Amino acid sequence: MQYTFALVGNPNSGKTTLFNEITGSTQHVGNWPGVTVEKKEGKVKKHKENIKIIDLPGIYSLSPYSLEEVLARDYIVDQKPDVIINIVEGTNIERNLYLTTQLMEFGVPVIVALNMMDAVKTRGEEIDILQLEKSLNLPVVPTIATKGKGVNELIEKALVLAQTASAKTEEAPVKKFDELIEKSITQLENLVTKELTLDYNPRWVAVKLLEDDMDIKEKADISVNLNNEVIMCRERIQKGYNNDDVETVIADNRYKFISNVISKSVKKKSSRTLSTSDKIDKIVTNRILALPIFLAIMWVVYYVSISTLGDYTIGWVEWLIGDVIGGTISEWLVGAGAADWLHGLVIDGIIGGIGGVMVFVPQLMILFFFISLLEDSGYMARVAFIMDRIFRKFGLSGKSFIPMLIGTGCSVPGIMATRTIENEKDRRMTIILTPFIPCGAKWPVFAMFIAAFFADKAWIAPAIYIIGIGIAILSGLLLKSTVLKGEAAPFVMELPEYRLPKLKGTLIHMWDRGKAFMIKAGTIIFIASGVIWLLQSFDASFSMVEAENSMLASIGRVIAPIFSPLGFGEWRAAVATVTGLLAKEVVVATLGILHGIGEVAEDDPSLISSITQSFSTLSAFSFMIFTLIAAPCFAAIGAMKREFNSWKWTFLTLGYQTGLAWILGTLVFQIGSIIGLG
Amino acid sequence: MEKKLKDLKPGDKAKIIKVTGEGALKRRLVDMGITHGAEVLIRKVAPLGDPIEVNIRGYELSFRKSEADSIIVE
Repeated sequence: MQYTFALVGNPNSGKTTLFNEITGSTQHVGNWPGVTVEKKEGKVKKHKENIKIIDLPGIYSLSPYSLEEVLARDYIVDQKPDVIINIVEGTNIERNLYLTTQLMEFGVPVIVALNMMDAVKTRGEEIDILQLEKSLNLPVVPTIATKGKGVNELIEKALVLAQTASAKTEEAPVKKFDELIEKSITQLENLVTKELTLDYNPRWVAVKLLEDDMDIKEKADISVNLNNEVIMCRERIQKGYNNDDVETVIADNRYKFISNVISKSVKKKSSRTLSTSDKIDKIVTNRILALPIFLAIMWVVYYVSISTLGDYTIGWVEWLIGDVIGGTISEWLVGAGAADWLHGLVIDGIIGGIGGVMVFVPQLMILFFFISLLEDSGYMARVAFIMDRIFRKFGLSGKSFIPMLIGTGCSVPGIMATRTIENEKDRRMTIILTPFIPCGAKWPVFAMFIAAFFADKAWIAPAIYIIGIGIAILSGLLLKSTVLKGEAAPFVMELPEYRLPKLKGTLIHMWDRGKAFMIKAGTIIFIASGVIWLLQSFDASFSMVEAENSMLASIGRVIAPIFSPLGFGEWRAAVATVTGLLAKEVVVATLGILHGIGEVAEDDPSLISSITQSFSTLSAFSFMIFTLIAAPCFAAIGAMKREFNSWKWTFLTLGYQTGLAWILGTLVFQIGSIIGLG
Repeated sequence: MEKKLKDLKPGDKAKIIKVTGEGALKRRLVDMGITHGAEVLIRKVAPLGDPIEVNIRGYELSFRKSEADSIIVE
């Protein structure tokens, strides 16, 4: 027999650690259908029974307002897991039990994993488990997920619960609410039982109807009679409680019930001393020290993962894939007498394409390691706390800083780091804006043009950064008042206790994300680089030719007029904008090849002299502006598609970026020509 | 006049009377434990002046001043 257990709990309650502990290596990560919320599944490791564990998103409540909450709720009511394992953080029991009071209404058996019992002890608190079980009328198992303690007992008890649930007669539910509300619930429950066709728990439906939950009202398709009854009950409660709305009254009641439970079962230490976490926070979010500490941490993350260690790994991967693997296969192909086109397709197309993705992977892994570390330790919430003031002005929240900072190295991990932003609107906005921050691969392009035209103008390099950031800010303001309009997302965020992250958990976190990148972005880049290689190597009659007679060159001649208003309506520049989609630094190589110089460094004198002939100072500047703003490379587009989880948003974003780049390039060139620059 | 959470200073303690307004924001605050009778301690203000951090029901919660404006305290 197969059983399904759903793991539900607040964020920061140790849910992920518990999940890892229960499932071991059997877990796999995907997305919930249609949304970007992660769905994790696994099996209970080394168990004779076949038990599937579903990790529901970390949530504080089951209100109908956030995507995660609706998702969790729909899963429970529609899929009916055999048991809900509700993980409750022992050191934060009061707020954690709020979700418990909602979970116990579904009619699905609930077992509480009271986690972090070690921290409870350190704090000098005591929790009377038996008393807690009695008050909640739920089984409670104390656990220490980080040490694997209590996990087996939890699973065994949950299994017993699943096996006996159907045999057990309906118990009287715990009366959590005041008399007035309980009376209304019973009254509605009776009516609901009579007419409900769905397999939902009538008491839960009654509570939801009292809360005026639109979603349930629609799904349950209630009769006029029941609806009138709901309205009457709501009015009665509202009157009884000073005209406060019923949802709030019910929430108040839940917390009152919890206070009551806690006063019986939790012994707190009377004098509150400063915990280690408080002490850390005193320094880390101190008015004067907060920003310098923050900048120092960001600098270290950036320095290690993008510029030093990360940068070395790019060289290693290029060497490994290009020289070692590519070289061996190339030799082998030549030895076997393979045709030129086959050699080209395999070595330049396929291996080159795979290499294009793989070079990012180690950098990405290091970066994700740091991000997971910052998240798991609790610092990420402080970053949002410190930076929120600045980012709110552009329609973003404090959490958008990290993706943008990472974006200065590479947009791909930057876009992927938006995972940490829960609010869908903020997330989209950050994905759209991150590519405007000039990434590392765009620098060779700028460096080439700067060497050719602006060698004596030191201000031009910082100006590029400032323009990029300026475009991001203005676009933020624009999007905020147009496409991504709407009520500002409420910024209500828990600042969790600082914790020492567990290496195993951080590594699992890192690997999940890295793997996902390789698969998704990899397929896109793989196909795209194959196609570009074909276009660049063949002419329309499919004979192998030099690049300047290829289909790509013909395409370049066709699309070149599009770039005339920008001042570089010449086929070679047009082709470079297309090959730039592979990776931005390819622009330099393309211009080199098409000028008949071959693949050379960006500061090669012969390249620079050819560039000065085919561009003017003004058209060079407009080309730089276009490169800065237009659609990013395929790897970043792949990451975008993955994070948006929508082709529509991906194409809208690419259209916006490229359109804006075209308009600004045109403005630069046209206005510049009129006022006599260049 | 009603006293608001926004008017309190770091170190101040108060009891929640209620959250005004409606919709997602109110529900979020209430879900997080800002309900009638709960004791709240103002911890600190972020380095740039907003948001603020409070201690409620034994944990640390942060929200913007605009949100604190809708919380009535005693």
